Amino acid sequence: MITARGLARTFSLPGNKRRFRSPARKVDAVRGVDLDVADGELVGFLGPNGAGKTTTLRMLATLLRPTAGEATVAGRDLRTDPAGVRRRIGYVGQGNSAGLDQRVREELVLQGRFHGLTPAVAARRADDLLDRFDLTETAHRVAATLSGGQKRRLDLALGLVHQPALVFLDEPSTGLDPHSRAGLWEHVRELRAEHGSTVFLTTHYLDEADALCDNLLVIDAGRIVAKGSPEELKQRVSGDLVVLTASDPVKTAESAANLPGCTELSREAEEVRFRVPRGDTALPALLRELGAASIQVDSVRTHRPTLDDVFRTVTGRSLQEV
Amino acid sequence: MSMLLRQTGLVFLRSIRPTLHRPSVIIIGLAQPLLYLVLFGPLLRGLSTGDGDSWQWYVPGIMVQLALFGTAYSGFGLLPELRSGALERLRVSPVSRIALLLGRVSRDVTLLVVQAALLALVSVPFGFRAGVGPVLLGLALLALLGLAIGSASYALAMRLRQEYAFAPVLAMTVLPAMLLSGVLLPMNLAPRWLYVLSRVNPLSHVVDAERAIVAGQWGATSIWLGPLLAVALAAVCVTWGAWTFRQDSV
Repeated sequence: MITARGLARTFSLPGNKRRFRSPARKVDAVRGVDLDVADGELVGFLGPNGAGKTTTLRMLATLLRPTAGEATVAGRDLRTDPAGVRRRIGYVGQGNSAGLDQRVREELVLQGRFHGLTPAVAARRADDLLDRFDLTETAHRVAATLSGGQKRRLDLALGLVHQPALVFLDEPSTGLDPHSRAGLWEHVRELRAEHGSTVFLTTHYLDEADALCDNLLVIDAGRIVAKGSPEELKQRVSGDLVVLTASDPVKTAESAANLPGCTELSREAEEVRFRVPRGDTALPALLRELGAASIQVDSVRTHRPTLDDVFRTVTGRSLQEV
Repeated sequence: MSMLLRQTGLVFLRSIRPTLHRPSVIIIGLAQPLLYLVLFGPLLRGLSTGDGDSWQWYVPGIMVQLALFGTAYSGFGLLPELRSGALERLRVSPVSRIALLLGRVSRDVTLLVVQAALLALVSVPFGFRAGVGPVLLGLALLALLGLAIGSASYALAMRLRQEYAFAPVLAMTVLPAMLLSGVLLPMNLAPRWLYVLSRVNPLSHVVDAERAIVAGQWGATSIWLGPLLAVALAAVCVTWGAWTFRQDSV
C-alpha cells in the first residue's frame, strides 16, 4: 500500500539576510525514511513531537513536496501522479477539518462529492457515517457549535466518506477524553475489519500505539530508529522488570544474579530490581530458591516492558522527557 | 473542462452556503457604499463632473468602489480555514487547485453583483438614471474586476496566513487604489503629479470604463481600455492565486 525510499524533507528558515548576509538556515525535518506498509495493515508512527512524523505523513498525503526520495502510495507514484494518490487516500490531519460556518451534514455530503460520488451515494454515506459516529443529532448544526470530541469524530467521518483504501490519521486522539479515545480506537479497528482499509497513523501516545497497531515505526530526529510489531519491539528491551522486597536483600540479589539473562540488577534498602527475559517463568524458580534459604519475600512485582522502554533503549531518552 | 466546472460549482456551493443561511451579510456589505451614496453623493451636486447629472457620474464610481472593498477583503474568509484543517482537507481531495480558488471567488463575485445591482436600484430615487442593458454590462465589468481582486486577495492570504500580517497589507493597497481611482472626485481637479499617478492606477481606467458603459458612451476610448485592463489583471491574479493554492504540495 505504501513504499517509500529515502524520503526526505528539508525546510529552510529565512535567515536575517539584510543584517548578517547569512545563508538561509536549513532544518532537516525528515532525513531519508524507508517505509513498507502492506495492504490492510494498521501501522503506527511513533515518536516525540518534532521527530518528523507529521512531515512524513504530509509528504505521503501529497501536501508537502519531498526534497528527496521516491514513494508509491496506494499504487500511484507520489511525484508523477499526486492526483491519483489523492483519489485513493483519506486524510485526517491534526486540525479540525470541517469549515466552522458549515453545517455538519452538508459538509460531509460535499466532501463525498468532491471525491466524485453522486449526490445520492454521498448523501447515503453521510447519513451512515453520522449514525456510526454518533453525530446524527448534530447533522443540521454549524460545525463551530460542536464539542471537541464531536469535531474530532466529524474529522474522521470526513476522511472516510469515499471509503478510501488507505487512511492517514495524524494524531487522531489528541485532545480527546479517555471515553472518546476508546471510541475512536474502536472505529479505527472497525474500519479495517469492515473494509480491509490500510491505516497509517501517527501518535505520541504509547498506549495508543500498543493497543491499536500491528506494526510500529519509531522515528526520532527525522530517522526511523526501530520497526516491528509492539511485541517484537518490546522483546528488544532486555526483558521484564522485576521488583522484589525481601528480608535479606543481599542474598536475594546474589540469587537473582544467577538467573539466566539477568541484567540491570540493583539493590536499594530492602528492594531488589533486575530485568530477566521472561519474568513469568524465572520468578517461581527464584522464589523456591529463596524459600529454601529461608529468606522471607515480602512483595514481588513484575513489569512488562513498555514502548517507552523501547524508545529509551533505542534513543537513550524517555518519550515522556522529550 | 466539465470536471473543472463541476468542481468549481461544488466549491462555490460550499462557499456560498453560509451566506445563504445568513443573508444579512449581503446588506451589511452594502452599508459602506450606501453611506457614501447618502452622505457623500449630495456634495457633488454643484461640482462639474462632465456632462449630465452628478449622480450618473458618481453611482458607477461607488459600484467600482464596492467591487474593490467587497472582494479585496475576501481573503479574510480563508484564514480560519487555513489555520484549522479545512483547507488542508480540501487540498488532499482530488479537487483541482484552480477550482478551489475559482469556486471561492465565484461566491464573492456573485455577492458583489447582487450588491451592485441593489446599489444601482437604491440610487434611482436620488436621481440616478441608466438603461438596463448598460447597467448589466457594467455589472459584467465589475464581475471581471472582482475576479481579479478576489483572486489576488486569496493569493495574499495564502502567503501571509495571519490577520495581523494580512490586514496592514490590505490597508496599504486598497485605500490608495481607491483614492487614486477617481471614484470620489473627478481626477481632473487634481494637480498634475496626482493626475499622472491616478492614470498609472489601472483601477482608474476601470472606473472610467464603468462610467462610459453605464452612460452608454460607446465611442469613448475608456470603454475598451478599462475592460482590457480588467481582463489582463484577472488573468494575472487568477494564475497567481491558483499557484498559491498548490504551493509546496506535490
